[in-house]
Amino acid sequence: MTLLDVKNLHTSYGKVDVLAGVSFEVEPGETYALVGESGSGKTTVIRAIAGLAPAQQGSVKFDGREIRGASERELRPLRKDIAMMFQDPVGSLSPRLTIRSLITEPYRIQGMRQRDLDAEAKRLLEMVNLPAHFADRYPYQLSGGQARRVGVARALALEPKLILADEPTAGLDVSVQGELLNLMNDLRERLGLAMVIITHNLNVVRHVADRMGIMYLGRLVEEGDTETIFADPRHPYTHCLLSANPEPDPDARLERIALKGEPPSLLKRPQGCEFRERCPFAKPICTTVPPWEVENGHGLRCLSPMKAGQAA
Amino acid sequence: MSDTLLQIDNLGVDYETARGDLKALRDITFDVNRGEIVGIVGESGCGKSTLISSILRLTAPNTRFRQGEIRFKGQDLLPLSERRMRALRGEDISIVFQDPMQTHNPVLTIGQQMLDIQHRSKASKAEKRARAAKMLGAVGIPDPEARLDQFPHEFSGGMRQRIAIAMALMSEPDLLIADEPTTALDATLEVQIIERLQELQQQFDCAILFISHHLGVIAELCDRVVVMYAGAVIESGDVREIFHNPKHPYTRRLIDCDPGHIKTRARVLPTIPGEVPDLANLPEGCIFRDRCDQALPCCAHQVPPLTQLQEGHRAACWLNHEEVSA
Ligand SMILES: Nc1ncnc2c1ncn2[C@@H]1O[C@H](COP(=O)(O)OP(=O)(O)OP(=O)(O)O)[C@@H](O)[C@H]1O
Ligand SMILES: Nc1ncnc2c1ncn2[C@@H]1O[C@H](COP(=O)(O)OP(=O)(O)OP(=O)(O)O)[C@@H](O)[C@H]1O
Ligand code: SF4
Ligand SMILES: [Mg+2]
Ligand SMILES: [Mg+2]
Repeated sequence: MTLLDVKNLHTSYGKVDVLAGVSFEVEPGETYALVGESGSGKTTVIRAIAGLAPAQQGSVKFDGREIRGASERELRPLRKDIAMMFQDPVGSLSPRLTIRSLITEPYRIQGMRQRDLDAEAKRLLEMVNLPAHFADRYPYQLSGGQARRVGVARALALEPKLILADEPTAGLDVSVQGELLNLMNDLRERLGLAMVIITHNLNVVRHVADRMGIMYLGRLVEEGDTETIFADPRHPYTHCLLSANPEPDPDARLERIALKGEPPSLLKRPQGCEFRERCPFAKPICTTVPPWEVENGHGLRCLSPMKAGQAA
Repeated sequence: MSDTLLQIDNLGVDYETARGDLKALRDITFDVNRGEIVGIVGESGCGKSTLISSILRLTAPNTRFRQGEIRFKGQDLLPLSERRMRALRGEDISIVFQDPMQTHNPVLTIGQQMLDIQHRSKASKAEKRARAAKMLGAVGIPDPEARLDQFPHEFSGGMRQRIAIAMALMSEPDLLIADEPTTALDATLEVQIIERLQELQQQFDCAILFISHHLGVIAELCDRVVVMYAGAVIESGDVREIFHNPKHPYTRRLIDCDPGHIKTRARVLPTIPGEVPDLANLPEGCIFRDRCDQALPCCAHQVPPLTQLQEGHRAACWLNHEEVSA
């Protein structure tokens, strides 16, 4: 059964529609990546799923149960099954608690006092490759990447069914990043852990995500198998995004497709296709609103998509 | 006069902890020239943020400067008064912190904060506000005018990062220090920000010290690269040399680990096995030896010096010394 089923999610702050109908599904053991423009609503999506941001419309089903608008009391039993990794690593750890208290907090909230918390702290630190003596430190005594790893340990503590991870590897060097992703891959295989991962690092997406959704201005504009999308992006925005990824080679000459113009305004959404004014491939027909169309599991919101192979 | 803007000489910085002194920086030596973009890369926890907070003297209370000099335009910064340092930070040197929440005051609107940093300017309030909006627009924040009245938590992570960059650029500094300023930016914006930084550097001959784990960004933006490991500089050189001809095993392994090289889905990503040494209890010999796959007998008890291998390229590894590696 589908583990997470998000349908037509809407979030507004005042008059501003930050999410304008987001839908996607995640199966048990699946990793789903949300990528897209900064400010397009990715963090809001996972915060709304976890009940940390408003969602005025739509539905969020976890394990078949509707959880949108659930009260904190109703959500509490689910906090064990759904874990969250926040976008700012240091800011999300309370400054007055030691790392030991922070990573074993989930056990205490769930009332699992009987566990040997010290041993648990040691095990969790080891899992994210931090030395055991870090248990006595405070968040400000950690580097950015170390704080990030504490956030990961905390999220994994209760062996959840679903992790909502906001930029889980930002600020990590490539070796630690590799360790962390290998660890998550391993948990996925052993425990059937499912993940929604938000990341701007396209290299990470390619290696961990089974499927990916690309967001623009509060909506998905494309969705499909990661491999298919990398090989054959159909939406011009996806195409621009993938072509921009900097290569780790000072001599690389990238064939970038430049985006025109400014990031769009939420106050005055563009008419027709909302990407039209910046789209290098826009046609006259794009002044009509493109519908969401799905073909062979590949979803697309574009009236003039790239042809197969055009991106190569 | 040489065109050296920032000169770090033999810098040693400790953190005092219950477990003893943590030797967070040891013998750090490198220069940044006017108009140059220097990248710093290295393992998470190797001391990059400690280094830049030391330059700006914005360190944690348990920090101890043990030795060395930090010279900016020829002047040693360590003996300067707090007041002089504050003036320097506002005008000559700007910083973008790793965690943008460190830059933004949560209870003031972004507009107020951007007015406050222009307190030295004689311009009218309306002009300052217009200038703030223009800077926000320049880093890709839509509706900048309206957005000035919002509070930091009302912006996305990447927007907060871009606002921090915009604020750092407002004073047209001689030196911009940026600690992972693009981690929350999508690839297209990241490229746009890189281009802005390059423009700035050309327009004002501003030097940039740029910390990032994103090797692709380093390769694209920087002229020179400093590689750090466990509190020490282990290699430095021209960006091409570092990427194409690394002379330290750590640098080589780091580059090999970048998934950016691997174009098909990998089941297991490459890593550098082993652990970073405990900075409170440093091992004898080369600090990378435990994890090095090319270690020689002498690596166990002698610290390899950071030696110049050719013009501008230095590395600290015994493999580059024929007399011991032969
Ligand atoms: N106030 C402090 N007291 C004790 N130790 C500290 C303190 N601040 C940092 N450290 C330690 O000093 C080392 C260097 O930290 P620093 O933040 O400079 O690393 P970094 O290179 O910036 O890492 P990252 O890439 O993860 O941000 C780390 O091992 C960290 O745990
Ligand atoms: N509490 C809030 N009040 C008002 N506006 C908000 C609030 N939280 C988010 N927004 C706005 O919602 C939009 C989407 O923000 P969100 O944080 O979801 O973006 P994101 O896709 O995660 O971006 P990034 O990649 O930069 O982190 C932005 O325009 C942001 O300013
Ligand atoms: S000095 Fe020896 S141990 Fe250190 S990096 Fe070089 S070969 Fe490896
Ligand atoms: Mg976000
Ligand atoms: Mg840091």
